[in-house]
Amino acid sequence: MYRYDEFDETLVRERAKQFRGQVTRRLAGEIKEEHFKPLRLQNGVYLQLHSYMFRIAIPYGQLNSARLRQLAMIADRYDKGYGHFTTRQNIQFNWIPLANIPDVLDALADVEMHSIQTSGNCIRNVTSDHLAGAAAGELEDPRPWCEIIRQWSTFHPEFSALPRKFKIAVTANTPDRAAVKVHDIGLLMKKNAAGETGFEVMVGGGLGRTPYVGPTIRDWVSKQDLLSYLEAIMRVYNRYGRRDNKFKARIKILVHELGVPEYTRQVEEEFANQHAWEKVILPQEEIDRITAYFAPPKFENPPAKSAKLDAAVAADRQLARWIKNNLRPHKVAGYTSVHIALKPQGTPPGDCSSAQMRAAADIAEKYGYDDIRVAHEQDLVLPHVKLDDVPSVYAALKAAGLHASNAGLGSDIICCPGMDYCNLSNARSISVANEIQSLFADPDFEDEVGTLHVNVSGCINACGHHHVGHIGILGVDKKGEEFYQVLFGGRADEHAAIGEIQGPGLRHEEVAPALKRVIAKYLELRSSRTEKLADTMKRLGQAPFKEALYASA
Amino acid sequence: MPLLKSGKIVDDVWAFVEDAHELSPGGCITVSLARFLSEHEQLLHRNRTIGVRLTNTDDPALLGPFLDQIHLVELQFPKYTDGRAFSQSQLLRRRLGYKGEVRAIGQVLRDQLRLMIRSGFDAMVIDEKDAEAVYDFSEHEFSEFYQSASDAQDTIFLKRHRKRQEKAAQ
Repeated sequence: MYRYDEFDETLVRERAKQFRGQVTRRLAGEIKEEHFKPLRLQNGVYLQLHSYMFRIAIPYGQLNSARLRQLAMIADRYDKGYGHFTTRQNIQFNWIPLANIPDVLDALADVEMHSIQTSGNCIRNVTSDHLAGAAAGELEDPRPWCEIIRQWSTFHPEFSALPRKFKIAVTANTPDRAAVKVHDIGLLMKKNAAGETGFEVMVGGGLGRTPYVGPTIRDWVSKQDLLSYLEAIMRVYNRYGRRDNKFKARIKILVHELGVPEYTRQVEEEFANQHAWEKVILPQEEIDRITAYFAPPKFENPPAKSAKLDAAVAADRQLARWIKNNLRPHKVAGYTSVHIALKPQGTPPGDCSSAQMRAAADIAEKYGYDDIRVAHEQDLVLPHVKLDDVPSVYAALKAAGLHASNAGLGSDIICCPGMDYCNLSNARSISVANEIQSLFADPDFEDEVGTLHVNVSGCINACGHHHVGHIGILGVDKKGEEFYQVLFGGRADEHAAIGEIQGPGLRHEEVAPALKRVIAKYLELRSSRTEKLADTMKRLGQAPFKEALYASA
Repeated sequence: MPLLKSGKIVDDVWAFVEDAHELSPGGCITVSLARFLSEHEQLLHRNRTIGVRLTNTDDPALLGPFLDQIHLVELQFPKYTDGRAFSQSQLLRRRLGYKGEVRAIGQVLRDQLRLMIRSGFDAMVIDEKDAEAVYDFSEHEFSEFYQSASDAQDTIFLKRHRKRQEKAAQ
């Protein structure tokens, strides 16, 4: 994991001090809310329905036990004993008074964390594959480049007052677990014809009210040119992105209105016009220095199959199910990556209590090389666990109530906070998600249905990624009443696609029964037990599922 | 409102002349880009000091051939959340090598000053009681930076290794 040196630490400390000064001026009435707003936003402070919401960056989802314990401390001391992991590898607290936030920033700086640029019209937290450095089949670890982008984008003097927020995601893997095609910039590490590793660059993807899958504007850019190329992309956007209408201000609209060829031409022209002294080229020794922090842990050489694990599986059906659903293949034989699904039945997806944070920290320290990730599915991940240790990890997770066995399944729902917390929202999302989860209360039934991504957003801003769920749910307000539109056909992986709205919205209480009919239809129509719902829909089209959705009970 | 130049309050000797208005015979005047481009031959040959006020959609590159004869470029912040002038300033300084005054006008607030200084502004019209102190504070609020920009090139990325090299040399 990257560790701050004196430069990184100085900047984060100075930022905390700066915000303390700004909060003091605000509380003294020396600065108007209108002028304070962009300052607090760039420090992750939103004014929400009930109070300020505070969003902390977890760059590319990387935590260790010390950081997670500090988050637990913050939850206990400054909030109500829990936090909420978001779809962008951040954590949010909902109840911290503004006057306390400078103290929380200091506490974060103590463990090399911050809330810099977690909201506002700037370059946001860089996200990545939660299995980076662990996944079987990965080209190389994308995290060093995420960290380089994090540093380059921190307090960028030219790109701190953009038309709108700006999100960058990096992956080095197929399947794509970082949803890079629905980001403002998606970077896919790949080799060129000469065998050098660089990046495919996708620009203008995104969700929200105008969803797009990001087109590739350059098939390959070298590592050396990456930051200079990003500057060219950003400068064209900063100069020409729309500022007349907040809803048309994202880069996807610029790319779409200019057309991909013309937008690409402008970026290439800007890139070509950069003088040598404008290029952002890191010394190789600096790239090496940052990369060294992500060296793999010292793996032992365990057998590829664990007799201990096999015996435990044979003895415990619950453990067997959890293993089937929550483990992911590791690049080193005898190891696995463990999903800690923060989606038990009937709780807000992504919520985690301070006790659970401490338990996860202990487990990571004892069994997981002190490495914990946050997945954009709002789950935690232990990327490196020895197969022999899996039964002990499961027992410890179970003791903390962190043993939900539904990773990647129907009840592992991505969900925004919705009207329960958010003042942009039009409808409740958590309660709908909980009702959908209850369809899968029977584990055998959930396993029978298999891989299924249900994503729920409480409004058109799409924080719950409803466009890219196999089944997406969007809450809308019609004359003061909540309705829910249903989308089919979305995906967030390397075959990213935007789901289609099926028809009129359903009432809150109609959503779960309607999805129950859709799932029954899938079980009836699938070609085999291995055909996933998304694939059956693709093969047969959406019509039979739409019919089931709207069939009266 | 006070005009800060390199952090000090100075008298503003410049006047902007609207496109429709006649030019006065002398003094320091700024004109729009359109007027400058159509009248630059007369403007630059008279006995006066010329500046240009760009709108946020103007391309600074159009001033390229004239930049050594222009003493001031004014860039606008229609709202303090509108950052287009940061790109225009970087282009003027780093792409085009402009050495004259770059001035921020419009909604200039103290919390943008550091970004402005980093982006190459050396002057700003700012509505602050204690403008010089505020500027001094903003200039020194952060001691390091990751990006090379118009004010300085010596980034953290480079400094890290200079320190290491110095240590190795000792």
